[in-house]
Amino acid sequence: MRLTCPQCGERDRREFYYVGDAVALERPAPDAGDEAWEAYVHLRDNPAGETRDLWYHEAGCGAWLVVTRNTVTHAVLDVVLASDVKGGGA
Amino acid sequence: MRFSGLRVLKEGLTGNKGWAAHWRDATPKPEYDAVIIGGGGHGLSTAYYLARNHGMTNIAVLEKGYLGGGNVGRNTTIVRANYFLQGNSEFYSHSLNLWEGLEEDLNYNVMHSQRGLINLFHSDGQRDAFARRGNMMLNQGDDAILLDRDGVRKHLPYLDFEQTRFPIYGGLYHPRGGTARHDAVAWGYARGASDRGVDLIQNCEVTGIDIEGGVVKGVQTTRGPIRAKKVGIVVAGRSGQVAAMAGRRLPIESHVLQAFVTEGLKPVIDHVISFGMGHFYISQSDKGGLVFGGDLDFYASYAQRGNLPMKEHVMEAGMTLMPMIGKARVLRSWGGIMDMTPDGSPIIDRMEGVDGLFIDCGWNYGGFKAVPASGWCMAHLMATGQPHEVAAKFRMDRFRTGVGLMDEEGTGSQHNLH
Ligand SMILES: Cc1cc2nc3c(=O)[nH]c(=O)nc-3n(C[C@H](O)[C@H](O)[C@H](O)COP(=O)(O)OP(=O)(O)OC[C@H]3O[C@@H](n4cnc5c(N)ncnc54)[C@H](O)[C@@H]3O)c2cc1C
Ligand SMILES: [Zn+2]
Repeated sequence: MRLTCPQCGERDRREFYYVGDAVALERPAPDAGDEAWEAYVHLRDNPAGETRDLWYHEAGCGAWLVVTRNTVTHAVLDVVLASDVKGGGA
Repeated sequence: MRFSGLRVLKEGLTGNKGWAAHWRDATPKPEYDAVIIGGGGHGLSTAYYLARNHGMTNIAVLEKGYLGGGNVGRNTTIVRANYFLQGNSEFYSHSLNLWEGLEEDLNYNVMHSQRGLINLFHSDGQRDAFARRGNMMLNQGDDAILLDRDGVRKHLPYLDFEQTRFPIYGGLYHPRGGTARHDAVAWGYARGASDRGVDLIQNCEVTGIDIEGGVVKGVQTTRGPIRAKKVGIVVAGRSGQVAAMAGRRLPIESHVLQAFVTEGLKPVIDHVISFGMGHFYISQSDKGGLVFGGDLDFYASYAQRGNLPMKEHVMEAGMTLMPMIGKARVLRSWGGIMDMTPDGSPIIDRMEGVDGLFIDCGWNYGGFKAVPASGWCMAHLMATGQPHEVAAKFRMDRFRTGVGLMDEEGTGSQHNLH
Protein backbone atom coordinates (compact mmCIF):
# COMPACT_ATOMS: atom_id res chain seq x y z
CA MET A 1 0.00 0.00 0.00
CA ARG A 2 1.25 3.47 -0.90
CA LEU A 3 -0.18 6.77 0.26
CA THR A 4 0.07 10.01 -1.70
CA CYS A 5 0.99 12.74 0.75
CA PRO A 6 -0.28 16.11 -0.56
CA GLN A 7 3.12 17.58 0.31
CA CYS A 8 5.60 14.80 -0.44
CA GLY A 9 3.92 12.77 -3.17
CA GLU A 10 3.48 8.98 -3.36
CA ARG A 11 5.30 7.21 -0.53
CA ASP A 12 5.69 3.73 0.94
CA ARG A 13 3.21 2.86 3.69
CA ARG A 14 6.13 2.39 6.11
CA GLU A 15 6.71 6.15 6.22
CA PHE A 16 3.34 6.63 7.89
CA TYR A 17 2.03 6.00 11.39
CA TYR A 18 -1.59 4.86 11.59
CA VAL A 19 -3.71 6.52 14.28
CA GLY A 20 -7.16 5.15 13.47
CA ASP A 21 -10.60 6.41 12.56
CA ALA A 22 -10.73 10.11 11.71
CA VAL A 23 -13.19 10.49 14.58
CA ALA A 24 -9.96 11.46 16.34
CA LEU A 25 -10.44 14.95 14.85
CA GLU A 26 -13.76 15.42 16.66
CA ARG A 27 -12.70 15.58 20.28
CA PRO A 28 -15.66 16.23 22.60
CA ALA A 29 -15.69 18.94 25.26
CA PRO A 30 -14.10 17.82 28.55
CA ASP A 31 -17.50 17.81 30.27
CA ALA A 32 -19.41 16.19 27.38
CA GLY A 33 -20.13 13.11 29.51
CA ASP A 34 -19.00 9.49 29.49
CA GLU A 35 -21.14 8.46 26.51
CA ALA A 36 -19.61 11.12 24.26
CA TRP A 37 -16.14 10.19 25.45
CA GLU A 38 -16.75 6.46 24.99
CA ALA A 39 -17.92 7.17 21.42
CA TYR A 40 -14.79 9.21 20.79
CA VAL A 41 -12.17 7.00 22.41
CA HIS A 42 -13.54 3.50 21.93
CA LEU A 43 -16.66 2.97 19.77
CA ARG A 44 -16.14 2.59 16.03
CA ASP A 45 -18.31 2.18 12.91
CA ASN A 46 -15.61 -0.20 11.69
CA PRO A 47 -16.97 -0.30 8.12
CA ALA A 48 -16.21 -3.07 5.61
CA GLY A 49 -15.80 -0.68 2.68
CA GLU A 50 -15.03 3.00 2.57
CA THR A 51 -13.50 4.50 5.69
CA ARG A 52 -11.73 7.71 6.71
CA ASP A 53 -8.75 7.43 8.95
CA LEU A 54 -5.98 9.53 10.35
CA TRP A 55 -2.31 8.93 9.50
CA TYR A 56 0.85 10.79 10.41
CA HIS A 57 3.65 11.25 7.87
CA GLU A 58 6.26 10.34 10.42
CA ALA A 59 9.22 9.71 8.11
CA GLY A 60 8.29 12.56 5.78
CA CYS A 61 6.94 16.06 6.23
CA GLY A 62 5.35 15.37 9.63
CA ALA A 63 1.84 16.29 8.46
CA TRP A 64 -1.34 14.70 9.81
CA LEU A 65 -3.39 13.27 6.95
CA VAL A 66 -7.00 12.21 6.51
CA VAL A 67 -7.00 9.16 4.25
CA THR A 68 -10.16 7.85 2.56
CA ARG A 69 -9.68 4.20 1.68
CA ASN A 70 -11.47 0.93 1.16
CA THR A 71 -10.90 -1.57 3.95
CA VAL A 72 -11.87 -4.52 1.74
CA THR A 73 -9.77 -3.81 -1.36
CA HIS A 74 -7.07 -1.65 0.28
CA ALA A 75 -7.60 0.95 -2.49
CA VAL A 76 -6.61 4.46 -1.38
CA LEU A 77 -9.21 6.93 -2.66
CA ASP A 78 -8.12 10.27 -1.28
CA VAL A 79 -5.49 11.84 0.97
CA VAL A 80 -5.85 15.39 2.33
CA LEU A 81 -4.09 17.39 5.00
CA ALA A 82 -5.88 17.13 8.33
CA SER A 83 -5.33 20.85 8.81
CA ASP A 84 -7.47 21.48 5.68
CA VAL A 85 -10.24 19.32 7.14
CA LYS A 86 -10.13 20.67 10.63
CA GLY A 87 -8.64 24.13 10.20
CA GLY A 88 -5.84 25.45 12.36
CA GLY A 89 -2.62 23.63 13.17
CA ALA A 90 -2.39 19.95 13.99
CA MET B 1 -19.70 -43.02 15.27
CA ARG B 2 -17.06 -43.18 17.99
CA PHE B 3 -13.33 -43.11 17.38
CA SER B 4 -11.05 -45.65 19.04
CA GLY B 5 -7.72 -47.29 18.38
CA LEU B 6 -9.50 -50.50 17.48
CA ARG B 7 -11.75 -48.70 15.02
CA VAL B 8 -8.79 -47.03 13.30
CA LEU B 9 -7.11 -50.43 12.99
CA LYS B 10 -10.23 -52.09 11.59
CA GLU B 11 -10.86 -49.29 9.07
CA GLY B 12 -7.23 -49.36 8.04
CA LEU B 13 -7.47 -53.06 7.26
CA THR B 14 -10.77 -52.79 5.40
CA GLY B 15 -10.03 -49.87 3.07
CA ASN B 16 -11.37 -47.07 5.28
CA LYS B 17 -14.85 -47.55 3.83
CA GLY B 18 -16.74 -47.39 7.12
CA TRP B 19 -16.18 -43.73 8.05
CA ALA B 20 -19.28 -41.55 7.94
CA ALA B 21 -19.69 -37.74 7.84
CA HIS B 22 -18.76 -36.28 11.21
CA TRP B 23 -21.79 -34.02 11.51
CA ARG B 24 -25.17 -33.27 9.89
CA ASP B 25 -25.42 -30.41 7.39
CA ALA B 26 -28.83 -29.17 8.61
CA THR B 27 -31.51 -27.02 6.95
CA PRO B 28 -33.06 -24.20 8.98
CA LYS B 29 -36.21 -24.77 11.02
CA PRO B 30 -38.61 -21.80 11.45
CA GLU B 31 -37.86 -21.43 15.16
CA TYR B 32 -35.25 -22.31 17.80
CA ASP B 33 -34.77 -21.68 21.51
CA ALA B 34 -31.46 -20.05 20.63
CA VAL B 35 -29.38 -19.30 17.55
CA ILE B 36 -25.66 -18.63 17.43
CA ILE B 37 -24.50 -16.37 14.61
CA GLY B 38 -21.07 -17.55 13.39
CA GLY B 39 -19.68 -21.06 12.92
CA GLY B 40 -16.09 -20.41 13.98
CA GLY B 41 -14.39 -21.95 17.00
CA HIS B 42 -16.25 -19.81 19.52
CA GLY B 43 -19.70 -20.23 17.93
CA LEU B 44 -19.31 -24.01 17.73
CA SER B 45 -18.00 -24.37 21.29
CA THR B 46 -20.86 -22.15 22.55
CA ALA B 47 -23.38 -24.43 20.85
CA TYR B 48 -21.64 -27.54 22.17
CA TYR B 49 -21.64 -26.36 25.79
CA LEU B 50 -25.23 -25.04 25.55
CA ALA B 51 -26.21 -28.61 24.71
CA ARG B 52 -23.74 -30.42 26.98
CA ASN B 53 -23.83 -28.26 30.11
CA HIS B 54 -27.30 -26.71 29.93
CA GLY B 55 -29.39 -29.26 28.03
CA MET B 56 -30.34 -26.74 25.34
CA THR B 57 -30.55 -28.81 22.15
CA ASN B 58 -33.21 -26.95 20.14
CA ILE B 59 -30.57 -24.54 18.89
CA ALA B 60 -28.76 -23.71 15.66
CA VAL B 61 -25.42 -22.31 14.51
CA LEU B 62 -25.79 -20.05 11.45
CA GLU B 63 -22.63 -19.72 9.34
CA LYS B 64 -22.44 -17.50 6.28
CA GLY B 65 -19.72 -19.58 4.60
CA TYR B 66 -18.53 -23.02 5.62
CA LEU B 67 -17.85 -24.16 9.18
CA GLY B 68 -14.32 -23.35 10.23
CA GLY B 69 -13.60 -21.11 7.22
CA GLY B 70 -12.84 -18.05 9.35
CA ASN B 71 -10.08 -17.37 11.83
CA VAL B 72 -10.44 -20.73 13.51
CA GLY B 73 -8.89 -22.25 10.38
CA ARG B 74 -6.39 -19.45 9.81
CA ASN B 75 -4.55 -19.09 13.10
CA THR B 76 -1.13 -20.31 14.18
CA THR B 77 -2.67 -22.61 16.81
CA ILE B 78 -0.83 -21.53 19.96
CA VAL B 79 -2.53 -22.60 23.18
CA ARG B 80 -1.22 -21.13 26.44
CA ALA B 81 -2.22 -19.74 29.84
CA ASN B 82 0.46 -17.13 30.53
CA TYR B 83 -1.68 -14.06 31.10
CA PHE B 84 -0.85 -11.54 33.76
CA LEU B 85 -3.95 -9.60 34.77
CA GLN B 86 -6.73 -10.80 36.98
CA GLY B 87 -9.74 -11.28 34.76
CA ASN B 88 -7.64 -12.74 31.98
CA SER B 89 -5.59 -15.20 34.11
CA GLU B 90 -8.48 -17.14 35.58
CA PHE B 91 -10.21 -17.30 32.21
CA TYR B 92 -7.23 -18.61 30.22
CA SER B 93 -6.34 -20.96 33.06
CA HIS B 94 -9.85 -22.43 32.86
CA SER B 95 -9.44 -22.69 29.09
CA LEU B 96 -6.17 -24.61 29.36
CA ASN B 97 -7.77 -26.99 31.85
CA LEU B 98 -10.56 -27.61 29.35
CA TRP B 99 -8.00 -28.16 26.57
CA GLU B 100 -6.32 -30.83 28.65
CA GLY B 101 -9.54 -32.85 28.80
CA LEU B 102 -10.90 -31.88 25.40
CA GLU B 103 -9.96 -34.88 23.30
CA GLU B 104 -11.52 -37.27 25.76
CA ASP B 105 -14.60 -35.10 26.17
CA LEU B 106 -15.13 -34.74 22.41
CA ASN B 107 -13.83 -38.23 21.51
CA TYR B 108 -11.88 -36.37 18.83
CA ASN B 109 -8.18 -36.05 18.14
CA VAL B 110 -7.48 -32.31 18.10
CA MET B 111 -3.73 -33.04 18.21
CA HIS B 112 -3.28 -30.93 21.34
CA SER B 113 0.46 -30.96 21.90
CA GLN B 114 1.87 -29.49 25.11
CA ARG B 115 5.34 -29.05 23.71
CA GLY B 116 6.15 -26.02 25.86
CA LEU B 117 6.23 -22.32 25.06
CA ILE B 118 9.31 -20.14 25.61
CA ASN B 119 8.99 -16.35 25.68
CA LEU B 120 12.43 -14.81 25.18
CA PHE B 121 13.73 -11.74 26.98
CA HIS B 122 16.63 -9.47 26.09
CA SER B 123 17.32 -7.08 28.97
CA ASP B 124 17.36 -6.94 32.78
CA GLY B 125 14.13 -4.96 32.79
CA GLN B 126 12.39 -7.52 30.64
CA ARG B 127 13.69 -10.31 32.88
CA ASP B 128 12.06 -8.61 35.88
CA ALA B 129 8.79 -8.25 33.99
CA PHE B 130 8.83 -11.93 33.00
CA ALA B 131 9.73 -13.03 36.53
CA ARG B 132 6.69 -11.12 37.71
CA ARG B 133 4.49 -12.62 35.01
CA GLY B 134 5.77 -16.09 35.92
CA ASN B 135 4.81 -15.51 39.56
CA MET B 136 1.33 -14.43 38.50
CA MET B 137 1.01 -17.61 36.46
CA LEU B 138 2.10 -19.74 39.43
CA ASN B 139 -0.36 -17.91 41.69
CA GLN B 140 -3.09 -18.76 39.21
CA GLY B 141 -2.14 -22.43 39.51
CA ASP B 142 -0.45 -22.69 36.14
CA ASP B 143 3.19 -23.45 35.40
CA ALA B 144 6.12 -21.16 34.67
CA ILE B 145 9.89 -21.57 34.88
CA LEU B 146 12.34 -18.69 34.50
CA LEU B 147 15.28 -19.78 32.35
CA ASP B 148 18.62 -18.02 32.13
CA ARG B 149 20.59 -17.94 28.90
CA ASP B 150 22.09 -21.41 29.39
CA GLY B 151 18.68 -22.73 30.29
CA VAL B 152 17.31 -21.46 26.99
CA ARG B 153 20.36 -22.79 25.15
CA LYS B 154 19.58 -26.30 26.36
CA HIS B 155 16.14 -26.17 24.77
CA LEU B 156 16.89 -24.00 21.75
CA PRO B 157 20.57 -24.42 20.80
CA TYR B 158 20.02 -23.10 17.28
CA LEU B 159 19.10 -19.51 18.23
CA ASP B 160 21.57 -16.68 17.65
CA PHE B 161 22.24 -15.77 21.30
CA GLU B 162 24.91 -13.15 20.61
CA GLN B 163 23.06 -11.05 18.06
CA THR B 164 23.85 -7.39 18.59
CA ARG B 165 20.29 -6.08 18.28
CA PHE B 166 18.54 -8.29 20.87
CA PRO B 167 21.05 -10.57 22.65
CA ILE B 168 19.13 -13.33 24.42
CA TYR B 169 19.21 -13.08 28.24
CA GLY B 170 16.80 -15.92 28.96
CA GLY B 171 13.20 -16.95 28.65
CA LEU B 172 9.99 -17.68 30.51
CA TYR B 173 9.19 -21.34 29.96
CA HIS B 174 5.53 -22.46 30.11
CA PRO B 175 5.70 -26.27 29.78
CA ARG B 176 1.92 -26.71 29.46
CA GLY B 177 1.78 -24.30 26.52
CA GLY B 178 1.74 -25.71 23.01
CA THR B 179 -0.35 -26.09 19.89
CA ALA B 180 -3.42 -27.94 18.55
CA ARG B 181 -4.75 -28.75 15.11
CA HIS B 182 -7.06 -25.77 14.46
CA ASP B 183 -9.46 -27.37 11.94
CA ALA B 184 -9.86 -30.42 14.13
CA VAL B 185 -11.00 -28.20 17.00
CA ALA B 186 -13.78 -26.78 14.82
CA TRP B 187 -14.74 -30.22 13.51
CA GLY B 188 -14.63 -31.83 16.96
CA TYR B 189 -16.94 -29.24 18.48
CA ALA B 190 -19.19 -29.36 15.40
CA ARG B 191 -19.51 -33.13 15.70
CA GLY B 192 -20.13 -32.97 19.46
CA ALA B 193 -22.85 -30.33 19.02
CA SER B 194 -24.46 -32.06 16.04
CA ASP B 195 -24.58 -35.40 17.90
CA ARG B 196 -26.50 -33.66 20.69
CA GLY B 197 -29.09 -32.34 18.25
CA VAL B 198 -27.73 -28.90 17.39
CA ASP B 199 -28.46 -27.79 13.78
CA LEU B 200 -25.30 -26.61 12.00
CA ILE B 201 -26.42 -24.50 9.05
CA GLN B 202 -23.89 -23.38 6.44
CA ASN B 203 -24.24 -20.83 3.63
CA CYS B 204 -26.64 -18.96 5.88
CA GLU B 205 -25.66 -15.33 6.32
CA VAL B 206 -27.48 -13.33 8.95
CA THR B 207 -28.61 -10.06 7.35
CA GLY B 208 -30.79 -8.62 10.11
CA ILE B 209 -31.68 -9.00 13.77
CA ASP B 210 -35.36 -8.69 14.69
CA ILE B 211 -35.99 -6.73 17.85
CA GLU B 212 -39.44 -5.72 19.13
CA GLY B 213 -39.97 -3.57 22.20
CA GLY B 214 -36.42 -4.19 23.39
CA VAL B 215 -36.70 -7.98 23.08
CA VAL B 216 -34.93 -10.09 20.45
CA LYS B 217 -37.33 -12.11 18.27
CA GLY B 218 -35.06 -13.76 15.74
CA VAL B 219 -32.89 -13.11 12.70
CA GLN B 220 -33.20 -12.52 8.97
CA THR B 221 -30.92 -14.71 6.88
CA THR B 222 -30.10 -15.50 3.25
CA ARG B 223 -32.05 -18.73 3.87
CA GLY B 224 -35.13 -16.97 5.23
CA PRO B 225 -36.24 -15.62 8.61
CA ILE B 226 -35.59 -17.69 11.73
CA ARG B 227 -37.35 -16.97 15.03
CA ALA B 228 -35.36 -17.41 18.23
CA LYS B 229 -35.81 -16.60 21.91
CA LYS B 230 -32.11 -15.96 22.34
CA VAL B 231 -29.47 -14.84 19.88
CA GLY B 232 -25.70 -14.95 20.37
CA ILE B 233 -23.39 -12.91 18.13
CA VAL B 234 -20.10 -14.80 17.78
CA VAL B 235 -18.61 -13.52 14.53
CA ALA B 236 -15.05 -12.41 15.43
CA GLY B 237 -13.78 -9.96 12.76
CA ARG B 238 -17.32 -9.25 11.54
CA SER B 239 -18.65 -8.21 14.97
CA GLY B 240 -19.02 -4.56 13.90
CA GLN B 241 -21.32 -5.39 10.99
CA VAL B 242 -23.53 -7.79 12.90
CA ALA B 243 -23.83 -5.51 15.95
CA ALA B 244 -24.89 -2.73 13.56
CA MET B 245 -27.91 -4.91 12.66
CA ALA B 246 -29.00 -4.37 16.27
CA GLY B 247 -28.20 -0.65 16.01
CA ARG B 248 -25.03 -0.93 18.08
CA ARG B 249 -21.48 0.33 17.71
CA LEU B 250 -18.74 -1.69 19.37
CA PRO B 251 -15.33 -0.83 20.83
CA ILE B 252 -13.81 -2.85 17.99
CA GLU B 253 -11.69 -2.13 14.94
CA SER B 254 -10.99 -4.99 12.51
CA HIS B 255 -7.37 -5.48 11.47
CA VAL B 256 -5.56 -8.03 9.34
CA LEU B 257 -3.02 -10.42 10.88
CA GLN B 258 -0.80 -12.47 8.59
CA ALA B 259 0.87 -15.85 9.04
CA PHE B 260 3.29 -17.98 7.05
CA VAL B 261 4.22 -21.61 6.58
CA THR B 262 7.28 -23.18 4.97
CA GLU B 263 7.59 -26.41 3.04
CA GLY B 264 7.55 -29.53 5.24
CA LEU B 265 10.86 -30.21 7.00
CA LYS B 266 12.19 -32.90 9.31
CA PRO B 267 11.59 -32.09 13.01
CA VAL B 268 13.77 -29.13 13.94
CA ILE B 269 11.77 -26.86 16.29
CA ASP B 270 10.36 -28.75 19.26
CA HIS B 271 8.75 -25.83 21.13
CA VAL B 272 6.70 -22.75 20.51
CA ILE B 273 9.11 -19.80 20.55
CA SER B 274 7.97 -16.25 21.07
CA PHE B 275 10.42 -13.44 20.25
CA GLY B 276 8.41 -10.48 21.40
CA MET B 277 11.04 -7.82 20.78
CA GLY B 278 11.20 -8.84 17.12
CA HIS B 279 7.43 -9.35 16.84
CA PHE B 280 8.02 -12.91 15.75
CA TYR B 281 6.89 -16.35 16.90
CA ILE B 282 7.29 -19.82 15.48
CA SER B 283 6.46 -23.49 15.91
CA GLN B 284 6.59 -26.56 13.68
CA SER B 285 3.44 -28.34 12.61
CA ASP B 286 3.12 -32.12 12.69
CA LYS B 287 3.30 -32.06 8.89
CA GLY B 288 6.73 -30.44 9.24
CA GLY B 289 5.94 -26.90 8.08
CA LEU B 290 7.43 -24.07 10.12
CA VAL B 291 4.42 -21.97 11.11
CA PHE B 292 5.30 -18.40 12.00
CA GLY B 293 3.95 -14.90 12.19
CA GLY B 294 4.35 -11.47 13.65
CA ASP B 295 2.35 -8.35 14.22
CA LEU B 296 -0.79 -6.89 12.74
CA ASP B 297 -0.43 -4.90 9.53
CA PHE B 298 -1.66 -2.03 11.74
CA TYR B 299 -4.50 -0.42 9.86
CA ALA B 300 -8.20 -1.26 9.73
CA SER B 301 -8.77 -3.97 7.10
CA TYR B 302 -11.28 -6.60 6.04
CA ALA B 303 -9.03 -8.11 3.38
CA GLN B 304 -7.97 -11.62 4.35
CA ARG B 305 -4.53 -10.87 3.01
CA GLY B 306 -1.84 -8.46 4.13
CA ASN B 307 0.75 -6.16 2.67
CA LEU B 308 4.43 -6.72 1.83
CA PRO B 309 6.08 -4.54 4.53
CA MET B 310 4.87 -6.83 7.32
CA LYS B 311 6.01 -9.91 5.38
CA GLU B 312 9.46 -8.40 5.08
CA HIS B 313 9.50 -7.43 8.76
CA VAL B 314 8.55 -10.95 9.88
CA MET B 315 11.19 -12.59 7.65
CA GLU B 316 13.85 -10.22 8.97
CA ALA B 317 12.94 -11.01 12.57
CA GLY B 318 13.09 -14.74 11.84
CA MET B 319 16.55 -14.37 10.29
CA THR B 320 17.73 -12.35 13.30
CA LEU B 321 16.56 -14.97 15.77
CA MET B 322 17.52 -18.16 13.97
CA PRO B 323 19.61 -17.67 10.84
CA MET B 324 19.07 -21.33 9.90
CA ILE B 325 15.52 -20.43 8.90
CA GLY B 326 16.93 -18.79 5.78
CA LYS B 327 17.34 -22.26 4.26
CA ALA B 328 13.62 -23.00 4.45
CA ARG B 329 11.29 -21.96 1.63
CA VAL B 330 8.01 -20.21 2.37
CA LEU B 331 5.10 -22.14 0.95
CA ARG B 332 2.13 -19.90 1.71
CA SER B 333 1.04 -16.77 3.53
CA TRP B 334 -2.47 -15.70 4.45
CA GLY B 335 -4.38 -13.30 6.65
CA GLY B 336 -7.36 -13.26 8.99
CA ILE B 337 -9.60 -10.46 10.22
CA MET B 338 -9.02 -9.74 13.89
CA ASP B 339 -11.62 -8.17 16.18
CA MET B 340 -9.34 -5.75 18.03
CA THR B 341 -10.50 -4.05 21.24
CA PRO B 342 -8.76 -0.93 22.57
CA ASP B 343 -7.48 -2.70 25.72
CA GLY B 344 -6.65 -5.97 23.95
CA SER B 345 -9.06 -8.03 26.09
CA PRO B 346 -12.32 -9.70 25.05
CA ILE B 347 -16.04 -9.17 25.67
CA ILE B 348 -18.59 -11.82 26.71
CA ASP B 349 -21.71 -9.92 27.71
CA ARG B 350 -25.39 -9.17 27.28
CA MET B 351 -26.18 -6.53 24.70
CA GLU B 352 -27.41 -3.80 27.00
CA GLY B 353 -31.00 -2.72 26.25
CA VAL B 354 -31.97 -5.79 24.17
CA ASP B 355 -33.35 -8.76 26.11
CA GLY B 356 -32.11 -12.09 24.80
CA LEU B 357 -29.24 -10.68 22.74
CA PHE B 358 -25.67 -11.64 23.69
CA ILE B 359 -22.24 -11.00 22.23
CA ASP B 360 -18.89 -12.78 22.41
CA CYS B 361 -16.14 -10.87 20.60
CA GLY B 362 -12.93 -8.87 20.91
CA TRP B 363 -10.55 -11.84 20.74
CA ASN B 364 -7.82 -9.80 19.12
CA TYR B 365 -5.06 -12.10 17.85
CA GLY B 366 -5.38 -14.58 20.69
CA GLY B 367 -8.77 -16.23 20.52
CA PHE B 368 -7.83 -19.75 19.44
CA LYS B 369 -6.63 -20.79 22.89
CA ALA B 370 -9.86 -19.26 24.26
CA VAL B 371 -12.19 -21.45 22.18
CA PRO B 372 -13.10 -23.91 24.99
CA ALA B 373 -13.54 -21.39 27.82
CA SER B 374 -15.25 -18.82 25.63
CA GLY B 375 -17.88 -21.35 24.55
CA TRP B 376 -18.20 -22.54 28.14
CA CYS B 377 -18.78 -19.01 29.48
CA MET B 378 -20.93 -17.74 26.59
CA ALA B 379 -23.16 -20.82 26.96
CA HIS B 380 -23.41 -20.14 30.70
CA LEU B 381 -24.37 -16.52 30.05
CA MET B 382 -26.96 -17.37 27.38
CA ALA B 383 -28.51 -20.18 29.41
CA THR B 384 -28.58 -18.57 32.85
CA GLY B 385 -28.48 -14.85 32.10
CA GLN B 386 -25.50 -14.51 34.45
CA PRO B 387 -21.84 -14.16 33.50
CA HIS B 388 -19.69 -17.17 34.37
CA GLU B 389 -17.28 -16.42 37.23
CA VAL B 390 -14.12 -16.81 35.15
CA ALA B 391 -15.44 -14.40 32.51
CA ALA B 392 -17.00 -11.94 34.94
CA LYS B 393 -14.59 -9.16 33.96
CA PHE B 394 -15.23 -9.36 30.21
CA ARG B 395 -17.88 -6.65 30.35
CA MET B 396 -18.65 -4.13 27.64
CA ASP B 397 -19.28 -1.21 30.01
CA ARG B 398 -15.60 -1.05 31.01
CA PHE B 399 -15.07 1.01 27.87
CA ARG B 400 -17.60 3.61 29.04
CA THR B 401 -16.64 3.78 32.71
CA GLY B 402 -12.93 3.09 32.34
CA VAL B 403 -13.24 0.75 35.33
CA GLY B 404 -11.89 -2.74 34.72
CA LEU B 405 -9.98 -2.09 31.50
CA MET B 406 -7.58 -5.02 31.07
CA ASP B 407 -4.51 -3.87 29.18
CA GLU B 408 -2.01 -6.74 29.43
CA GLU B 409 0.68 -4.82 27.57
CA GLY B 410 0.29 -1.68 29.65
CA THR B 411 0.31 0.53 26.57
CA GLY B 412 -3.05 2.26 27.04
CA SER B 413 -6.62 1.63 25.98
CA GLN B 414 -6.44 2.96 22.44
CA HIS B 415 -7.28 1.28 19.13
CA ASN B 416 -3.89 1.53 17.45
CA LEU B 417 -1.85 0.22 20.38
CA HIS B 418 -2.55 -3.52 20.52
C1 LIG C 1 -2.90 -15.36 11.30
C2 LIG C 1 -3.57 -15.58 12.63
C3 LIG C 1 -2.87 -16.18 13.67
C4 LIG C 1 -3.47 -16.39 14.90
N1 LIG C 1 -2.77 -17.07 15.86
C5 LIG C 1 -3.35 -17.38 17.04
C6 LIG C 1 -2.66 -18.19 17.98
O1 LIG C 1 -1.53 -18.66 17.73
N2 LIG C 1 -3.26 -18.46 19.18
C7 LIG C 1 -4.50 -17.97 19.48
O2 LIG C 1 -4.97 -18.20 20.58
N3 LIG C 1 -5.20 -17.22 18.57
C8 LIG C 1 -4.66 -16.93 17.35
N4 LIG C 1 -5.37 -16.20 16.42
C9 LIG C 1 -6.70 -15.65 16.78
C10 LIG C 1 -7.85 -16.63 16.62
O3 LIG C 1 -7.75 -17.31 15.39
C11 LIG C 1 -9.18 -15.87 16.69
O4 LIG C 1 -9.19 -14.99 17.80
C12 LIG C 1 -10.39 -16.80 16.83
O5 LIG C 1 -10.32 -17.87 15.91
C13 LIG C 1 -11.67 -16.00 16.62
O6 LIG C 1 -12.83 -16.71 16.95
P1 LIG C 1 -13.61 -17.71 15.96
O7 LIG C 1 -12.83 -18.96 15.81
O8 LIG C 1 -14.97 -17.87 16.46
O9 LIG C 1 -13.59 -16.85 14.59
P2 LIG C 1 -13.98 -17.25 13.13
O10 LIG C 1 -13.49 -18.62 12.78
O11 LIG C 1 -13.57 -16.13 12.26
O12 LIG C 1 -15.57 -17.35 13.22
C14 LIG C 1 -16.48 -16.32 12.95
C15 LIG C 1 -17.47 -16.86 11.93
O13 LIG C 1 -18.58 -15.97 11.81
C16 LIG C 1 -19.03 -16.04 10.48
N5 LIG C 1 -19.87 -14.88 10.19
C17 LIG C 1 -19.48 -13.58 10.10
N6 LIG C 1 -20.53 -12.79 9.81
C18 LIG C 1 -21.62 -13.61 9.72
C19 LIG C 1 -22.99 -13.37 9.44
N7 LIG C 1 -23.48 -12.15 9.18
N8 LIG C 1 -23.83 -14.45 9.43
C20 LIG C 1 -23.36 -15.70 9.68
N9 LIG C 1 -22.07 -15.97 9.94
C21 LIG C 1 -21.20 -14.94 9.96
C22 LIG C 1 -17.74 -16.07 9.69
O14 LIG C 1 -17.95 -16.56 8.36
C23 LIG C 1 -16.85 -16.97 10.53
O15 LIG C 1 -16.88 -18.33 10.11
C24 LIG C 1 -4.81 -15.96 15.14
C25 LIG C 1 -5.51 -15.37 14.10
C26 LIG C 1 -4.92 -15.19 12.85
C27 LIG C 1 -5.72 -14.58 11.73
ZN1 LIG D 1 4.38 14.26 3.71
